[in-house]
Amino acid sequence: MKGKDMKIAVLSGKGGTGKTLVSVNLASAADNAVYVDCDVEEPDGHLFFKPKVVSNEQITIKMPSVDDALCNGCRKCVDFCKFNALAFIKDRPCVFEDVCHSCGGCVLVCPEKAITETDRMIGEIKRGVSGSVTVYTGMLKPGEESGVPIIKRIMQASEADENALKIIDCPPGSACVVVESIKDADYCVLVAEPTVFGVHNLNMVYELVRLFNKPFGVVLNKCLDGENPAEKFCVERDIPVIGRIPFDTELGELNSNAKIVVRESEKYKDLFFALLQTIMKEVRHETVADSKR
Amino acid sequence: MKQLLILSGKGGTGKTTVASAFIKLSGAKAFADCDVDAPNLHLIMGQKCEPRRKDYFGMPKAEIDSDLCIQCNQCAEHCRFDAISVDSSGTYGIDKFDCEGCGVCEFICPVGAITLKPEASGELMLYNKDDKVFSTAQLKMGSGHSGMLVTEVKRQMKDAAGNTELAIIDGSPGIGCPVIASLSGVDTVLVVTEPSISGISDMERIIKTAEVFGTKIAVCVNKYDTNPANTEKIEEFCLSRGLPFVGKIPFDTEAVKAINNGMTIVDVDCRSGRAAREVFKNTMEVLSE
Repeated sequence: MKGKDMKIAVLSGKGGTGKTLVSVNLASAADNAVYVDCDVEEPDGHLFFKPKVVSNEQITIKMPSVDDALCNGCRKCVDFCKFNALAFIKDRPCVFEDVCHSCGGCVLVCPEKAITETDRMIGEIKRGVSGSVTVYTGMLKPGEESGVPIIKRIMQASEADENALKIIDCPPGSACVVVESIKDADYCVLVAEPTVFGVHNLNMVYELVRLFNKPFGVVLNKCLDGENPAEKFCVERDIPVIGRIPFDTELGELNSNAKIVVRESEKYKDLFFALLQTIMKEVRHETVADSKR
Repeated sequence: MKQLLILSGKGGTGKTTVASAFIKLSGAKAFADCDVDAPNLHLIMGQKCEPRRKDYFGMPKAEIDSDLCIQCNQCAEHCRFDAISVDSSGTYGIDKFDCEGCGVCEFICPVGAITLKPEASGELMLYNKDDKVFSTAQLKMGSGHSGMLVTEVKRQMKDAAGNTELAIIDGSPGIGCPVIASLSGVDTVLVVTEPSISGISDMERIIKTAEVFGTKIAVCVNKYDTNPANTEKIEEFCLSRGLPFVGKIPFDTEAVKAINNGMTIVDVDCRSGRAAREVFKNTMEVLSE
């Protein structure tokens, strides 16, 4: 693996610990990076990059539609659907789109070929440019249930940008959407804040990355003087702490105004550049260790 | 039962901090943590009993009997979730994290080599002591269908609490399935936002989502003094949209200390706690309107 094709996923479990801060600034510190926003429910990276959008793709899923003229009322589709997205109303199957998972089962089981599929728009992907960073943003349409199809597509679409470091900004939590986001990652950065909530949720993503056998390190954000429960957690488990970001009102203000701190402040330019170097070293170390196995 | 749900869109704005304060102030006899993906409310509610635990079975998962499988590849071709893969020896297998339990592979397999098997995808917990019911759950790592588990958390709370006046529900970040499931049947949503460009953008998206489901909405700002200009923008936004703005809570290191000691911000005398009381009063007025 060449250093430049690396994929780094940034995750946290808890929301608001600084995933986007870390992802956006790592991407900006690199010479040539692709930033992929997989938090499709609440994508915020684009607010920082303000990218010039170069292309736009609508994401659709398949929805069944029943032709009443062909339907013989056998109910096979209703009986088959595990998601209860089809119900029999007035002798005909009726589709409940919000619970449909687009599995295509009803189309398969219908003996009369009365069910066909139509496209339903659930969101979009935008590709744009901001300085040396290519920015991919996935956006779920409000009211839609699942962003997984958007994440799958955005990961695939971003493959087109070769020879670049890829930074994946993950959704919070540790559910299916996070698994989808870290699947192809070479390294995971876990961002933690020094609260008991932060530690509880750090533990979840820690277990997740171990389950998926991903090399990882922790960035401690919002560090104050005094005891840091997140740091204690790392020390006790021998987890590498690869970076520390102080609790700093200057940083807080720049970040809350959606400014990219490495583009605004020398101090933070140095901090994120050093963090990026550390990550690169860790990944190369892992790759060497891997090839020796 | 009147139900108040706390949401935010963006994570880390203070949903659980506000929800826990409201539970204390209201003396609510029923409350729940619907952030099944990353639950935290139990860390500061000081439960005095062990919960009743129950495995939660979500969707089943497919399993392939490799002795029966004839490697026809039909299942992999029809699976919409890319959950079926072939290893280097030609053996077909299911990736449990991708499988949604739809049953298409079981249906299409010509030799009956695939069956759906039940699978625990989380755990429900119910604390029931001194007349107070607290329902919470933890989704198993990497699982989907968190919306179904959220529905179970709320059902469990309602069943145990019976006919109590008020229920306070801590929600999850985002706008997707767990949030949508938590919205069903609630009377008012309190959106806790923060004065950052990200917080504002995410607030607008959660408001849009709640509007799709026709729920009444109130807004408050946490850590308002970290960016007064953005706080003003939020107040203006609420005014222009006719949304009740129920107050603002300052950034307060005492709040962090209280939480880290397992207490709510109204258990100690601090600035943020005093502000939360005001927000609580205003929110209750909106709820009873």
